[in-house]
Amino acid sequence: MKVSEQQSRLSVFKTYKLYVGGKFPRSESGRVYEVTDPKGGRWLANAPLSSRKDARDAVVAARKAVPGWSGATAYNRGQVLYRVAEMLEGRREQFAREVAEAEGLSKSRAAAAVDAAVDRWVWYAGWTDKIAQIAGGANPVAGPFFNLSTPEPTGVVAVLAPQESSLLGLVSVLAPVIATGNAAVVVAAERSPLPALSFGEVLASSDVPAGVVNILSGRTAELAAPLAAHQDVNGLDLTGAAADLAVDLEVSAADTLKRVRRPAPAPEDWTADPGTGRLTAWLETKTVWHPIGV
Amino acid sequence: MANQKPNRSADASAGPSAGRKFAYAPAPESRAVVDLAPSYGLFIDGEFTDAADGTVFKTVSPSSEEVLAEVARAGEADVDRAVKAARKAFASWGALPGAERGKYLFRIARIVQERSRELAVLESLDNGKPIRETRDVDLPLVAAHFFYYAGWADKLAYAGYGRDPRPLGVAGQVIPWNFPLLMLAWKIAPALAAGNTVVLKPAETTPLSALFFADICRQAGLPRGVVNILPGYGDAGAALVAHPDVDKVAFTGSTEVGRAIARTVAGSRKKVTLELGGKAANIVFDDAPIDQAVEGIVDGIFFNQGHVCCAGSRLLVQESVQEEVLDALKRRMGTLRVGDPLDKNTDIGAINSAEQLARITALAEAGEAEGAERWAPACDLPSAGYWFAPTLFTGVTQAHRIAREEVFGPVLSVLTFRTPAEAVEKANNTPYGLSAGIWTEKGSRILSMASKLRAGVVWANTFNKFDPTSPFGGYKESGYGREGGRHGLEGYLADAADLTGGPASEKESATHEGV
Repeated sequence: MKVSEQQSRLSVFKTYKLYVGGKFPRSESGRVYEVTDPKGGRWLANAPLSSRKDARDAVVAARKAVPGWSGATAYNRGQVLYRVAEMLEGRREQFAREVAEAEGLSKSRAAAAVDAAVDRWVWYAGWTDKIAQIAGGANPVAGPFFNLSTPEPTGVVAVLAPQESSLLGLVSVLAPVIATGNAAVVVAAERSPLPALSFGEVLASSDVPAGVVNILSGRTAELAAPLAAHQDVNGLDLTGAAADLAVDLEVSAADTLKRVRRPAPAPEDWTADPGTGRLTAWLETKTVWHPIGV
Repeated sequence: MANQKPNRSADASAGPSAGRKFAYAPAPESRAVVDLAPSYGLFIDGEFTDAADGTVFKTVSPSSEEVLAEVARAGEADVDRAVKAARKAFASWGALPGAERGKYLFRIARIVQERSRELAVLESLDNGKPIRETRDVDLPLVAAHFFYYAGWADKLAYAGYGRDPRPLGVAGQVIPWNFPLLMLAWKIAPALAAGNTVVLKPAETTPLSALFFADICRQAGLPRGVVNILPGYGDAGAALVAHPDVDKVAFTGSTEVGRAIARTVAGSRKKVTLELGGKAANIVFDDAPIDQAVEGIVDGIFFNQGHVCCAGSRLLVQESVQEEVLDALKRRMGTLRVGDPLDKNTDIGAINSAEQLARITALAEAGEAEGAERWAPACDLPSAGYWFAPTLFTGVTQAHRIAREEVFGPVLSVLTFRTPAEAVEKANNTPYGLSAGIWTEKGSRILSMASKLRAGVVWANTFNKFDPTSPFGGYKESGYGREGGRHGLEGYLADAADLTGGPASEKESATHEGV
């Protein structure tokens, strides 16, 4: 039987899922929350309402990915990251629609944000095999020693993605974490998580190894608390934390002496040149000495 | 400069009998070069002054328990006064052309060199460390550190931290007692070069060299308030860290205090660098030159009585050479001279305080109680003062407290391994990550091990080398930030993002950061 010409086709909804360890699980808690259009309040989708257990599982997945990703050559990481930009470019229309809905933007402004996100990703892809040359170097010690400082990834970094920029903001905080060889656990913008969850699909269809990026949706405060206190998280990016929450999380992170990046005092302009600060924030400097002699 | 250890006082190949030493006549350095006053004040706004509440404390020589001087003890009111002085001085110091700031630092470097014998003796008196160390390691490094950062003062735009780098403001700095003057140099030199002013609290057991440094600042004509020195205890340090008008906190000390500081500054705009504890693995492979490795092991753990955060306190020796290494190590330990810090032949001086001695003693006892085997060479210790013989533990497991906790004394834990992978796993099995050592003749193995060890400084076929051009600092719970080198400037310069009032100006400064 043919569908009548007049009758419009019933669309297929997408079930948005988390991205953890290279897979797309639901929250182990079985919980979801309603995501709505910020302008009209129209229902967009049910997003997983991740639990503390989901956060801990994501840390396990991230830790497992650290040796392979941090041990990959910088050139290889650059190739993989560039592949991500290619995949994102191919899905510009989908993301423009999702960003427009998530942030209540016009089609053209949303499209511009997606384009900027692709370009930002390409920019960071190019940094993978250059950052060591500007952040490290030989040190001219006063003695017969070879002495070299090299930046190395900090390890597992928990990232609270910016609340107001669902894709460009996300990309701007995530790319530098993994470009430098770290693994990330990202908490997506609480009220507009859908572009971030879809971005997991882009990562999965690129060559990013499982666990290098893990994306959670849910209540930022609920998920950030176990991440800030977690013994196996080395860095904490508080960009998406409200001021009060940021203080509590920084206090909690002090127990394990995590590297903490505080939220900016003023709203960040995600279209501005990001500089290298977000790369070096997640790098440790290792200095190796060796005697010179025959 | 990279510290070159002078030849040890006795010949390591003197024979198999442990404990055999050549008889050396006493060779004490004269105390006459140090003119100690009976009492010292706080140094605030260019003047020596009493504490607001008039409190004083005594500083003793740990090798004799003799009281060296009475020192004013800073309290909260004094911290406030010093921070105000530093804030006032910042207005002109921070605006001074870099070249002029640099010249003050060059002056300081030169005066330190001129007065280095006096300061070396003073440091040995107050700290208990051997004169050979203060003379040949601490003081040359102090002068070199000021000399190095002096040159940066007018070259900050080339350091990679922005085209127009700005100082932070007032730096609150808290330093430990193990290298009093050297830690002061690590803190003050980069702070002043970058245009900050300083309030520094030396440790309560070693305040004197910092107070002598205050006098050097006066001789150098440093403007009032640029450097303020507050001798005192932990309460003064805590007040300094918490002071609302401090822009930067720099701390070297225990991980426990580091955590408390990280909590205190949470939510503020204070920039923080922390140099905390360590439990370094010193890894000896079967192909290592054993004699050199043994010198490195001894240097790694017994240098400065083991009061070194980057001390090689866990010896990981490959099973196949365990006996050979331990025999040679024990033989070498038998020749170490423990005693008068002012004697030029002394290898190991006094433990810095009764409190620290008690801590070391308790941990060593725990080592025995947990089943490790304790060994120390026959060793006459002076009757007065605080002393601990160089000690090693064999049969240590990773679960033992002496393998996990920082002893901060001359106590070495020996563990073994079979494969490089096992060595890496054991070396990294600690919340600390400050330093590590590797001994092997195989170059590719050095590079592979160095990249796998989670530590900020890796010494390969050497140990405990320091240089002002070489960044120093830890991974994990050994802290964050780097001191020394170009990297050492970062902690004293404002991030591009911190300078901005909004997106417009951020755009400009962010571009600078991308240089």
